[in-house]
Amino acid sequence: MAPAAERDAPLVSLRDVRFAYGERSVLRGIDLEVHRGQVVAIMGGSGCGKTTLLRLIGGQLKANAGAVEVAGHEVGKLGGAELYAMRRRMGMLFQFGALFTDMSVFDNVAFPLREHTDLPPGMIRDLVLMKLQAVGLRGAASLRPGELSGGMARRVALARAVALDPMLILYDEPFAGLDPISLGIIGQLIRRLNDALGASSVMVTHDVHESLEIVDYIYFVSEGRIVAQGTPDEIRASTDPFVHQFVNAEADGPVPFHYPAPPIDSLLGGRSA
Amino acid sequence: MNGLFAGLVAGLRHVGKLTIDGIWRLGFATRFMFAVLLASGQSLTRIHLTIRELYFSGVLSLLIITVSGLFVGLVLGLQGYDILQRYGSADAVGVMVALSLLRELGPVIAALLFASRAGSAITAEIGLMKTTEQLKAMDMMAVNPIARVVAPRFWGGVLSMPLLAALFSAMGVFGGWLITVVVIGVDDGAFWSQMQAAVEFDHDVLNGVIKSFVFGTVVSLIAVFEGYDCEPTAEGVSRAITRTVVTSALAILALDFVLTSFMFRG
Repeated sequence: MAPAAERDAPLVSLRDVRFAYGERSVLRGIDLEVHRGQVVAIMGGSGCGKTTLLRLIGGQLKANAGAVEVAGHEVGKLGGAELYAMRRRMGMLFQFGALFTDMSVFDNVAFPLREHTDLPPGMIRDLVLMKLQAVGLRGAASLRPGELSGGMARRVALARAVALDPMLILYDEPFAGLDPISLGIIGQLIRRLNDALGASSVMVTHDVHESLEIVDYIYFVSEGRIVAQGTPDEIRASTDPFVHQFVNAEADGPVPFHYPAPPIDSLLGGRSA
Repeated sequence: MNGLFAGLVAGLRHVGKLTIDGIWRLGFATRFMFAVLLASGQSLTRIHLTIRELYFSGVLSLLIITVSGLFVGLVLGLQGYDILQRYGSADAVGVMVALSLLRELGPVIAALLFASRAGSAITAEIGLMKTTEQLKAMDMMAVNPIARVVAPRFWGGVLSMPLLAALFSAMGVFGGWLITVVVIGVDDGAFWSQMQAAVEFDHDVLNGVIKSFVFGTVVSLIAVFEGYDCEPTAEGVSRAITRTVVTSALAILALDFVLTSFMFRG
C-alpha cells in the first residue's frame, strides 16, 4: 500500500502551464488538479485550448513553461521509453474513436493486450469479452468498425482504452456528435468504468448538462486560462457571468458573439476598413 | 516598372521558398528513413507483420505484374523479330528479349507498376490512418506506429519488389517465346540456346536484381513517407497519393540511368 501522503497527492497536477503553437499562445497559465478516483471535466468553447491540455497530460505535446505531473512524474521530462511506460497506465478515448479500421471489434480491443502482455490467447479472449460486455457490445465482437454506428464505435474505443485497466483515462470530446441515448450511455459508462476500475478520468467536453450529471469537479477554460471551477452543485449555483453564459448557452456575454472587428458602421456605405 | 520589379521579387521569393521546402522535406525524409530502420526490429521478430504486408504489396500485385510482363514480352518479340530478320539474325530474338527484360524493362516497368499499384495503396492506408487519428491512438497506447505500421510496410515492399521484377521478366521471356517461336515460327532450339549462351548471371541477372532492389527500397520509402507526412485531410491524402506515384516514377527513371551508366558502360 502506498504511503498516505502519496495516496492523497493529486494524480494529475498542472502548475502555471503555458503553451503556444508557434506564435499563437493557447494556454496562458493553467493550474489544475485531478485527485484519485475523480472524474474531472474541462469545459470551454471550441478552440479554447481544452484539447491541448489533454495532449499535454498525455505527453503528446510539451509545455513551454510550468509543470505537468502525472503520478508524481513530470510528463514533459520523460524520455521515450519512460513516456511509453507511463502511457501503458493511461487510456485515451479519441473524439471519433480512432478504431483500427483493418481489424474487427474484437481485435481492436485485444490490440493493447497483445502488444503489451504475453497472455495466452484464451485469456486475452476472456479479457476482451469482459471489456466488451462492460460496454454492452459483446455481440458485436466480430463486426468491423465500418459497420458500427458512431455511438457504438465510441463504446468499442472505450473498451479498448480500458483494456489494460489504466490508472488514468483521458476523454477527448466523448459526447460530440452523439444522439441523446448514446450520449447518456457514454456518460454512464464513463462514470461506471471509472469507479469500477478505481481509475481517475479527465474529460474535455462542451456538453454541460451531461457532464454536470456525472463528474466530480469542473474547470472552465477560456482564452487559455481557468476562469471558473467547482463541483457540479457549485457550478449550478454559480453567479459567475462566464459560467452563467456557458451553462445557459447564451449567445452573447463574456464570450462575445462577434469576432473582434472594427464597428460595422465604419465599413458600410463603400468605406473601406 | 515598380510592378515588374515587385513581380520579379515575388517570383524569386517563390522559387526560394520552393527550394527551401524541398530541401527541408528531403532532410525530413532522410531522418524518417533512419527512424524506420531503427524501428525495424519488430518487423523481424514479429515476422507475421511483415508477411502480411508482403501479401498486400506482393501477392496482390501479381496479376498486374504477370499480365503486363506477358504483353511487354509479346511486343518485344514482335519488334525484335521485325528488326533482327532484316539482318538475317532472327534467331537472336531470344537474346534480345531476355537482355532487354533482365537489364531494363523488368526492373523498371515492374517498379513503375509497383509504385502505382502497391505504393499508392500504402500511402493511402497510412495517410487515412493518420487522418482518422489511428496512428495517434496507437502512440497513446504506447505502441510506436513507425515500428508497428510503417516498418513492416516498408520491408514488405523492399522484399516483394525483386520477386515481382523477376516474375515480370520471366513472363516477358515467355511472351517473347510465344509470339516468335509458336506464332511466327523462329527455331525453338536457337531461341533458347542463344539466350542461354548470351545471358550472363553476374552481368545481366544480378545487375537487374540489384536494380529492382534499389527501386523497391526507394518506392517503399517514398510511399510510407508520403503517407506518414500527409496533411490529415481527404485532400491531403489524395495529394500524397499523387506525389507517391509521380515522385516514384521520376526516382525510378533517374536512378535507372545512374545505375545503368555504372553497370553497363561497356
